[in-house]
Amino acid sequence: MSQSLFEKVWEAHAVKELSNGQTQLLIGTHLIHEVTSPQAFGMLRDLNLPVAYPNRTFATVDHIVPTDQRQEPFADPLADGMVKELRKNCEETGITFFDLPSGKQGIVHVVGPEQGITQPGTTIACGDSHTSTHGAFGAIAFGVGTTQIRDLLATQTMGIGKLKVRRINVNGELRPGVYAKDVILHVIRKLGVKGGTGFAYEYGGSVFENFSMEERMTVCNMSIEGGARVGYVNPDEKTFGYLKGRPYSPSGDDWDKAVENWSSFASDPDCQYDDVVDFNAEDIAPTVTWGINPEQAISVEENIPTVEGSNESDKDLVAEALEYMKLPEGQPIKGTKVDVCFIGSCTNGRLSDFEEAAKYLKGHRVADSVKAIAVPGSQIVDGICREKGIDKVFEEAGFEWRGAGCSMCLAMNPDKLIGDQLSASSSNRNFKGRQGSPTGRTVLMSPVMVAAAAVRGEISDAREVFGVGELVNA
Amino acid sequence: MALEKITSVSGAGVYVPGNEIDTDRIIPARFMKCVTFDGLGEYLFYDVRKNENGSDKDHPLNDSRFSEASILLSGANFGCGSSREHAPQALYRYGFRGIIAESYAEIFFGNCTTLGIPCFCAAKEDIEAIAASIEADPSVEITLDVENERIRVGDQSYTAVVRETARKALCEGKWDMIGELKEGESQVAAVVGKLRYMAR
Repeated sequence: MSQSLFEKVWEAHAVKELSNGQTQLLIGTHLIHEVTSPQAFGMLRDLNLPVAYPNRTFATVDHIVPTDQRQEPFADPLADGMVKELRKNCEETGITFFDLPSGKQGIVHVVGPEQGITQPGTTIACGDSHTSTHGAFGAIAFGVGTTQIRDLLATQTMGIGKLKVRRINVNGELRPGVYAKDVILHVIRKLGVKGGTGFAYEYGGSVFENFSMEERMTVCNMSIEGGARVGYVNPDEKTFGYLKGRPYSPSGDDWDKAVENWSSFASDPDCQYDDVVDFNAEDIAPTVTWGINPEQAISVEENIPTVEGSNESDKDLVAEALEYMKLPEGQPIKGTKVDVCFIGSCTNGRLSDFEEAAKYLKGHRVADSVKAIAVPGSQIVDGICREKGIDKVFEEAGFEWRGAGCSMCLAMNPDKLIGDQLSASSSNRNFKGRQGSPTGRTVLMSPVMVAAAAVRGEISDAREVFGVGELVNA
Repeated sequence: MALEKITSVSGAGVYVPGNEIDTDRIIPARFMKCVTFDGLGEYLFYDVRKNENGSDKDHPLNDSRFSEASILLSGANFGCGSSREHAPQALYRYGFRGIIAESYAEIFFGNCTTLGIPCFCAAKEDIEAIAASIEADPSVEITLDVENERIRVGDQSYTAVVRETARKALCEGKWDMIGELKEGESQVAAVVGKLRYMAR
């Protein structure tokens, strides 16, 4: 019988049915970080339980690490304590820790793929909702809570109900200046922030076939913002090409066997989906958010919505968002003054994100009124950018080039908005207060669009600022 | 490990209106710099309850009429965003023992169930009717009947939906799964043995 990748991976990892009707699912790869794991280790100690499969859990530190003053002890004693706690927990249990001195530290969703730990046909979990990122490799990857981290440490399994699968096709050719970030913002705008509840999103179509692994990761990363706990792309030659030669990838004879095995997990061409949604690539524009959740997004060419013109059921939320964002309804979003520009995060903090933005930033200057920071997703990304001189391009343009971490995506480290500053951000959430100030405002967009906002000091169309794509000759 | 069978929870209620209330709003990230969950209740909804100087904002949780509330009512897609268990932990430690909302984000729902917090889905108009009853009499007792998927408020009764897996887990005292998962150890080992990547 024809099956989707989701069903095949589920079947290969299902242990048994639990008394509540959920499935006990084996999670082959467990990733942990400093914020959501310490309590889980505490619970294990209270129950006097060992870590069942320490070789299948991998740790790194990302959320609270400072991106400028990185030597320990950190200025913030709470942050310092969290790193030490994770270090101690890993030492005691034998879990591999991509620690700060390792040169491999970074955002957990950048490190996993980079090390070749993230592989097709596997199950992955992490106490972080953006774990869906790893689905780019044809893995089924779940964000979980801390009690489930405890379950995973103790048993390498968790209880979970099976999801339905929605196939999302994006066919055609993206217009120049339209990026993976725009694709996922467009999908969420159309399907809603709760549209994916109960679903795994399988992304396909020519746009995804043409996407690099890093572009696929950007899209899968934000599946959770559309309510889908899991998002994935079927593995193909690009997936295998990316994984070949990475530290945790199979090698030698094992490599060919692994590729054969990985290929077998791809959805069968005639499999039945619970739902199918089609998008035309040509309909997608450079997209920015204007509100307080990622569904509240428009093309950079559009006007900010009005309460009056919104659906009856959305009116309250539109009004709440406009008030919080202090944006004028009905006016163009383009030209909105920005105070801070941030390029980084598990959504857009990879090599190609910095490469692409640097290509256009070269020869431009960040506006005087703007504070701009670039934060590589991992020490490895940082190192490659430095080798290629990308850090210099950013610095010469007026960006601060920082050390690896989550940084201003959620501002658990010293990188924060102040007061009601407005941030043009390549991250994934524009929730109220998300970037560290209770009144701070976030506008999500692609890294190149952030670069354009930094140069102009206002939300801008990168195609006009830099001559990206079709508007060059317009 | 014998767990309490949660067949129903009762208490006074408070209505925090709004859709898409995310877990960053329930517990802002800066309060997650901790290695235990102790004390999180204090920071529940912090940025919508407190001004930057620490004084109170106008918020239902700052209204003394609702200070005894243990049932929280809200809108659609409650608990969206981050997977942080700090959010349900903060709700629990603040004193909430049950939630009524139009719908929930998936991870939040699972986290609540694992802590033994029943999450009831109810129709918008029913939530508004219950909110009106609370407004009229903040001490009115609200009962979440998990077993029968009903909400009782005084002499009124409303239908609700509790996801079947959660309903069974709560009613049978199996909402914390660790015991049952541990029992499957040998079956887990068998599945592990079939997967090549697990050998690395």
